[in-house]
Amino acid sequence: MTDTTAELLTTADGRPLKAALAKAQSRAKYRALFLVLPLLFFILLTFVAPIGQMLKRSVENDSFSATAPNLGLWFAQNPQGSEINEAAYAALAADLLYMKENRSAGEAGTRINYDLSGSRSMFTSTARKADKLEPPYKEALIAADKGWDDPMLWQVMRSASDKVTADFYIAALDMTRDETGAITAVGEDRQIYKLLFKRTLILSTLITFLCFILAFPVAHLLATLPMAKSNLLMILVLLPFWTSLLVRTTSWIVLLQGEGVINSLLYAMGIIGEDGRIQLIYNQAGTIIAMTHILLPFMILPLYSVMRTIPPSYVRAARSLGATSWTAFRRIYFPQTLPGIGAGGLLVFILCLGFYITPALVGGASGQLISNLIAFHMAKSLNWSLAAALAALLLGGVMILYWLYDRLVGIDKLKLG
Amino acid sequence: MKKTLILTTALTGFAFAAAAQEVVVMSWGGAYGTSQVEAYNKPFTEATGIKTTMIDADNPATPIKAQVEAGNVTVDVADVEYSDAVRLCDEGLLEPIDPAILPAAPDGTPATEDFVEGAINDCSVANIVWSTIYAYDTTKFADGAPTTMADFFDTAKFPGKRGLRKGAKANLEMALMADGVPAGEVYDALETAEGVDRAFAKLDTIKSDVVWWEAGAQPPAMLAAGDVTMTTAYNGRIFNAAVAENQPFNIVWDGQIMDFDLFVVPKGAPNKDAAMQYIAFATGTQPLADQAKYISYGPARKSSGPLVGLYQDGKTEMGPQMPTAEANLANALVNNFEFWADKDTELNERFNAWLAN
Repeated sequence: MTDTTAELLTTADGRPLKAALAKAQSRAKYRALFLVLPLLFFILLTFVAPIGQMLKRSVENDSFSATAPNLGLWFAQNPQGSEINEAAYAALAADLLYMKENRSAGEAGTRINYDLSGSRSMFTSTARKADKLEPPYKEALIAADKGWDDPMLWQVMRSASDKVTADFYIAALDMTRDETGAITAVGEDRQIYKLLFKRTLILSTLITFLCFILAFPVAHLLATLPMAKSNLLMILVLLPFWTSLLVRTTSWIVLLQGEGVINSLLYAMGIIGEDGRIQLIYNQAGTIIAMTHILLPFMILPLYSVMRTIPPSYVRAARSLGATSWTAFRRIYFPQTLPGIGAGGLLVFILCLGFYITPALVGGASGQLISNLIAFHMAKSLNWSLAAALAALLLGGVMILYWLYDRLVGIDKLKLG
Repeated sequence: MKKTLILTTALTGFAFAAAAQEVVVMSWGGAYGTSQVEAYNKPFTEATGIKTTMIDADNPATPIKAQVEAGNVTVDVADVEYSDAVRLCDEGLLEPIDPAILPAAPDGTPATEDFVEGAINDCSVANIVWSTIYAYDTTKFADGAPTTMADFFDTAKFPGKRGLRKGAKANLEMALMADGVPAGEVYDALETAEGVDRAFAKLDTIKSDVVWWEAGAQPPAMLAAGDVTMTTAYNGRIFNAAVAENQPFNIVWDGQIMDFDLFVVPKGAPNKDAAMQYIAFATGTQPLADQAKYISYGPARKSSGPLVGLYQDGKTEMGPQMPTAEANLANALVNNFEFWADKDTELNERFNAWLAN
């Protein structure tokens, strides 16, 4: 029966209708795909590719392995714990010669120096005279620099010889490898990243909370006032939002510094003495105040757009059924604003995690966030792999939070406007 | 701030890269940058017709790696510190410079002998000797001014905030010298864990009074604004503020740390030949001597010394303002570039941890 129907339904030129339809639909699909192709390409180029490259760099380890092929071979043949014999030293000597010829001793030394400070000059100085090394290499190398005898150095070279490594992630968690290759915590006086991750999370949570407390009444006012007045208020919210970040941050410096507006005002009013000027900037307080102000619009705007859509009749209905104003707010109004709170909170929190300029300018030493250390490794120490590992951990943290949000609140409830 | 700086730097560099014969020079800005424009860039353009563009960075060494690795080099010549010149050269990020291109001194002494020791390297040629010193506001210490490195760390005797460069370099050396280590033994002490602990312990004593600076132009501004009463700084910047802008600043030479600034050419520089021409011109005897007319940094050529005369105001004798002047050398330290090339990572890591805690 179906067969006969299929035979019956044909297009004018005699093709089966089903096939013609499929063809037409697939053409439409291709056309649609063609339309989004520029966007897809744009996202690939500006978003996926850089993040992919960053992740690749955080595990890539070729600065030593590519410059020391002989040692790599020896480490591959001799497992962890093998005695460092003459063959190993011969491989090292051959690699040093190779480095001399390619001018890559500095690159190799820098890589080893990340894990073992002071070893950089051993590579550069020994490589300089590598062509004069003669067997037995062990004696010759130790004569050139007694540091070559160090078992720690050999362990570091072993882990640096792998083409792919987790070492930068280990370092990003304040850990290192000891002489046997086991992972241990670094000394107390060098631990910094875990502290900064923790500080970043705590400050971001605090700033998000402060933004929420400040933004909720403002957004409510904006949503309930008559249009003419609320538009004026809206401009007051948007004006700072459109002002450059740097301008807003430096204005806070003017306001908050020791000789600044706020302290001078307090002093003039006799609330504080000349010695009692409050330190409001170049510490955590500065970071919190300036960032809360800068991120406030990101909380107000989603809240406002959600609050506008809540019909006032619901609360009125609740009141007429006998609810107190507090109960009506708590049980009727507030739950309806949750999508806005979720969107604003997520926006502010994620922006906080990556905030860089404001803490750098007003944070002093105690107000620095993890992003400042990432910038330090990008621009100053030039250890890009470590910077990439730190950034990847931050990205991972955001993904987990996003996932949690999705599980707890549901991402479909997110409303940005 | 830094990021915007690098970005604008890159953009300016990019915008100009298209023009024909020209050299893009990246230096430290401020009074120092001006002195280079006046003494090197303008005469160079006049002599060769090659256009020069000066761009600023907090530390010109840092954008080089980014540019070379990204394959988008926009800078032809950069002015960097010694340890950075060595490190960048070792990592293959610089073009080698053939010393044969450097002109001989007017009396015929070949360049290799005319430059002070260590000034000519595989990939870099020094132009000036500068130093990190500390300076104070004379109006704040009317009855008894600080004279030694130890005074800088003595906030009881000399109250007020202190300015320090945000980083381990120079601060650790100064802390040890203030703690009584003679200049000659500072780096030996820093090689040991106890020495480093000692330096950090000394820094601890003023930690809560420190305002940190990053760009060379900041310390004179901080002194002038009254944010600090004393600050470490590059000597030329303080000289410029004191003499050209009549600020009541005074330099304490005790415990000064001398260093070179060197010209380098990043690998793959778009105008490499013009860059080499520029370096050969700028490090000639006369331009180096001229440069001292604008800022108190010592020329790296011996033959330039006698040609150094008066400051551009026509009355200040430049000789005694140089880090290399006899009277200023009493307790001077020469920056150990190899030590810093080696230990930079570790000590800055520790410094950052110290700062964050």
